[in-house]
Amino acid sequence: MLDWADGLLRSFINPYYYGVLVTIGINIILALSLNLVTGFTGQLHLGHAAFMAIGAYTAGLLATKAGTGFWAAVLAAGLMAAVAGVIVGLPTLRLRGDYLAIATLGFGEIVRITLLNLDITGGPFGLRGIPRQTNLPIVILAVIFTFLVLRSLVNSRMGRALIAIREDEVAAQTMGIDTTRLKVTSFTVAAFFAGIAGALFAYWFRYLNPSSFGFMVSIELLAMVVFGGLGNLLGSVVGASVMTYLPELLRTVAPAIAERRLVFYGALLVIIMILRPNGLLGTSSEQGWLEIWLARRRSRSPATTSAASGQVPPASTGGAGHGPA
Amino acid sequence: MERGAHLFGQQLINGLVTGSTYALIALGYTMVYGVLQLINFAHGEIYMVGAFTGLLLVTQANLPFPLALLLAMAITALLGVTIEFIAYRPLRRSSRLSVLISAIGMSIFVQNVALWVWGPQTRRFLPPFPVHTFTVAGLRTNTLELLTLFVALVMMLGLHLLVTRTKLGKAMRAVAQDRETAALMGINVNRTIAFTFAIGSSLAAAAGVMVGMLFNAVVPNMGVMPGLKGFVAAVLGGIGSIPGAMVGGLVLGMAEVLGVALLSSQWRDAIAFAILILVLLYRPSGLLGRRTQEKV
Repeated sequence: MLDWADGLLRSFINPYYYGVLVTIGINIILALSLNLVTGFTGQLHLGHAAFMAIGAYTAGLLATKAGTGFWAAVLAAGLMAAVAGVIVGLPTLRLRGDYLAIATLGFGEIVRITLLNLDITGGPFGLRGIPRQTNLPIVILAVIFTFLVLRSLVNSRMGRALIAIREDEVAAQTMGIDTTRLKVTSFTVAAFFAGIAGALFAYWFRYLNPSSFGFMVSIELLAMVVFGGLGNLLGSVVGASVMTYLPELLRTVAPAIAERRLVFYGALLVIIMILRPNGLLGTSSEQGWLEIWLARRRSRSPATTSAASGQVPPASTGGAGHGPA
Repeated sequence: MERGAHLFGQQLINGLVTGSTYALIALGYTMVYGVLQLINFAHGEIYMVGAFTGLLLVTQANLPFPLALLLAMAITALLGVTIEFIAYRPLRRSSRLSVLISAIGMSIFVQNVALWVWGPQTRRFLPPFPVHTFTVAGLRTNTLELLTLFVALVMMLGLHLLVTRTKLGKAMRAVAQDRETAALMGINVNRTIAFTFAIGSSLAAAAGVMVGMLFNAVVPNMGVMPGLKGFVAAVLGGIGSIPGAMVGGLVLGMAEVLGVALLSSQWRDAIAFAILILVLLYRPSGLLGRRTQEKV
């Protein structure tokens, strides 16, 4: 069934775009799962590439050294990453948010350094000889599966609790939400899907190198999530698609810009946070300068003056403060 | 035994020198955290720009070293203030997540602009003064290492005096304690925060110039690891505490050289992060920090 679908897809998609689509699919899974932690739970996570690496190397080693089958290896990759998620999450998520950023960053570096120094992973020479068993239908299925699981999760009682943690952790705790347990759970689920994405990556590129999972990969994933919108799953799909395809497109049209894309990603993160911290489709209550400016204009226009006069932008996290101090 | 003690002493000197540069970086993190409760991710990049500025002032402008060092510190201070103005000030009332993402964005931006402008190759940074090697009590050291220690000590002493004896220092402490009340007392909060960035950035620049010469290498991604380690040092000492940052830097430097001596140099960078996680687990307030209750 999957092979038949693959044959069909290959018959009308040229190999180059086929590869781009696979990469987009893998990035969508990574962005969706990162969005669960950063967008919905509000915890800045800077080591997502490390969970991907753990998944990729688990699958790669199982395939090359143990001869495990594809589906079993993919599942094992997700579980290994999830275990790593618990191990990292338990100590760090008990603490206030900003420590998590550094701890996940440090964790990412430790994973990279470890992969670089172990013998079994091939160290800096990388791991070769993984069979190519990922194909586009499998990736599409995995994307749909991830999307549906995460959607039902964020719409569940637990999802509401996660959003409550994002909006105000202390208040959430007061309402009886076990914040640490929920943060660790969201972190673990995200790690699981990142591990799956890593396994798909391994079975597609057939060669793994620690440098494919560095800090900058985590940053690119964060940029996808922020651009698409924190706390919106569809936003991550859009963000990952655009930010994976755009560099590919620019590589032929304007190679200099494609190569320097991190300059623009960095600027993009700053600009989005100032103008519209929700990204394209985000859902948090935070407002940026753009929204506040638009709201002011709206309330000043004569037709709505009376109706809107009492409705100054909500004085929540982002609101009132931006007025002339 | 004799040889063991000798090796230990030699490592101690290395640890002291590296640790003092970590301490200089950690001070910037801890001061900014004190006034803004923000991890300034771009701090490592500020350190890198400091090293480049120093290198260019010495090699291109042929300035005498002390002048080049001071000028590099001043220029880098300006960069720190600019970063604060562009990336952090508009977000004064935003959620912590937004400011952190903005900080990460700024760090990536500065690093990649440097890569664009200066290229990825490593540049040599030979000290513009003769470097002599000394043997003190059987331990070898040189002019450069002693100068690094001296610079670090002078900066820390200067900072201590600034924070405890001047009006600006008083304002910084007041803003760190309670920003709103400080504003009510007539303190110009924005200016105080800008000054804090300027001072922290200039200390990082000094560290960058010294490390650039110690390793004879300056490269656009040189700020990443020291930036992270500076933060680890700040957390180790107790984030927000100035003496803590000094102690944290020295302890981290020592721990690293001892770790390398016991394990192997490949694991050097992992040691710092292992320390970070241990501190977060067992003593999140750090060596000299005070326990704080989160305010609502």
